[in-house]
Amino acid sequence: MDLLEYQGKQLFARHGVPVPRGAPATTVEQAVTAADELGYPCVVKAQVLIGGRGKAGGIKLAADRKEVEAHAGAILGMDIRGHTVHELWIEQASDIATEYYASIVFDRAAKRPLVLLSTQGGMDIEAVADSDPDAIARLHVDPLLGFQDFHARRLCFGAGVEADVIRGVGALLARLYAAFVAEEAMLVEVNPMIVTGDRRVVALDAKVTLDDNALFRHPDNAELRDVSGEDPQERMARERGLTYVKLDGNVGILGNGAGLVMSTLDVVAQAGGAPANFLDAGGGAKADEITSAVEVILSNENVTAVLFNIFGGITRCDEVARGLIEAFAQIEPRVPFVVRLDGTNDQEGRALLAEAALPNVHAEATMLGAARRVVELAAA
Amino acid sequence: MSIFVDGDTRLCVSGITGREGTFHTLNNKAYGTQVVSGVTPGKGGQDVDGIPVFDTFHDAVLETGANTAMIFVPPRFAADSILEAADAGVALVVAITEGIPAHDELRVYNHLARTDATRLVGPNCPGILSPGKANVGIIPAAFFSEGNVGVVSRSGTLTYQIGNELAQRGLGNSSIVGIGGDPVPGTSFIDVIAAFEADPETELIVMAGEIGGSAEEEAAEYIAEHVSKPVVAYIAGFTAPPGKTMGHAGAIVSGTAGTAKAKQEALEARGVRVGETPTRVAEIAAAG
Repeated sequence: MDLLEYQGKQLFARHGVPVPRGAPATTVEQAVTAADELGYPCVVKAQVLIGGRGKAGGIKLAADRKEVEAHAGAILGMDIRGHTVHELWIEQASDIATEYYASIVFDRAAKRPLVLLSTQGGMDIEAVADSDPDAIARLHVDPLLGFQDFHARRLCFGAGVEADVIRGVGALLARLYAAFVAEEAMLVEVNPMIVTGDRRVVALDAKVTLDDNALFRHPDNAELRDVSGEDPQERMARERGLTYVKLDGNVGILGNGAGLVMSTLDVVAQAGGAPANFLDAGGGAKADEITSAVEVILSNENVTAVLFNIFGGITRCDEVARGLIEAFAQIEPRVPFVVRLDGTNDQEGRALLAEAALPNVHAEATMLGAARRVVELAAA
Repeated sequence: MSIFVDGDTRLCVSGITGREGTFHTLNNKAYGTQVVSGVTPGKGGQDVDGIPVFDTFHDAVLETGANTAMIFVPPRFAADSILEAADAGVALVVAITEGIPAHDELRVYNHLARTDATRLVGPNCPGILSPGKANVGIIPAAFFSEGNVGVVSRSGTLTYQIGNELAQRGLGNSSIVGIGGDPVPGTSFIDVIAAFEADPETELIVMAGEIGGSAEEEAAEYIAEHVSKPVVAYIAGFTAPPGKTMGHAGAIVSGTAGTAKAKQEALEARGVRVGETPTRVAEIAAAG
């Protein structure tokens, strides 16, 4: 789960990472009230889960109340690369002397947290990595040892941090690491991490990705999920406990097991079709979950045909068949279905479907055959 | 021969008294796996269909000589259970549990890596099947027969699909190992491929990967340098959009890293044949 900038800053602040004072606002009036309280000049910042806010005009400096009104009015409702701005963060303007970069990523390959530090902050760090890889100091931390002072010193000296702020940068990194571990983040990124005119080190931005699997231990964080930017079908699926990702095509897909579903999407694409979604009904799906999943798939109006590709292990094919029959009884689908059932109780499942003789439901024996058939039907 | 589990496996199941735990434990036992004990704290002294239940792994190992553990407890208890099994001296831990927090997995991995005493397979995996010998996990054994193809996969049902396509072409398996779809698998493709390379019964290796991370690319390097047996690969997720988690916590394309295309190219550049569909993988394997 990704956090908005201000949510990330509030999380940072809980762990002692210095951040500028600020307040959230969802209306122009709230923005003005917040700015009056914070004092001028201040910054009006769009809160959306996408980069490039500054270039898109979503971050503006305001010298007085009038400018806050104008900027807040312009930015609220603005579209930034497909994301509508519903929320602002009003922040005290900072006196920036230098812009650094710091991040901690969950490095899957090394199986350790990786801390990155660079004095070339404020810009696209991937561009820096390409053009001048030595400008980024990198260090893996043993998660059983934790972040030590020597880690901070190595990073600071490695990155060429100015001597008078080495302690400040080190302290911020240590607190950032504490936040990364305590909040169970997959990524914490500060770009830019600034040195102010009076030589304080402050996180001027915050990008935080939390581990969804750990949210049960962090109920406060779980409530931060931004549902306003969420796709309505994906939201519906999440609320029903289904793993669903919306795609651009017209072939609705349901399968069991993430790998098999991904493979099904690929095989449909190779057969000349375009998948409308990824939907993993999971292991051991019962009939009512299948019915519920069909509703989610068909709530996407682009869908012109649906493929069921099931290889039952824990999942029983007769349960899948019952779920489909129930779905037809409840919602009378308007599009053709192609169903391939293999694995546990496959014969019972196929017999149930044959007996029900659902309109416009086609059985196929193989995954490849089923993919070809559904692509034909989707195009018809 | 086979790898990781066989007739000498003595299995202890953590979470044996839960609904899923009981069901799959009895399935494994019915297959012929020696299931010697289970662990559920507070239920020591009970039994599940004659299998004795203990309060701790230490008791289970002491009393029943368990050398393999299967973890079926919910995510919030799973890391602790894996660590307990390792602390009790269990050599192989197979973690089926899905949804374990990533930082828990990181601690477990780094702790186990300090010694070579315990191998962890999973978490979020379907387990290990050595046809005709032992089944530890949830792989539906009926679809597999004894043979010479070793299969290693990040996905359960995709493994069944590929195994079934192999079976239709008359190919059986030495072992099938699901390493799981999480960001920090205890056992990597490389670990399993090395074991298959050393296993005299295995003549051909099939690896089924998916988007996310760099495990397939690392395996490609390893195969080029260390593996003499033919390897056929499959990669799922060519149509996955960047930034979206495709069901498995580990299956996500970040920027340009972890794409199926990059993995296919890395494998083919190292001489590993890649089948573009599960059917094609089986055809290549059958052709030898």
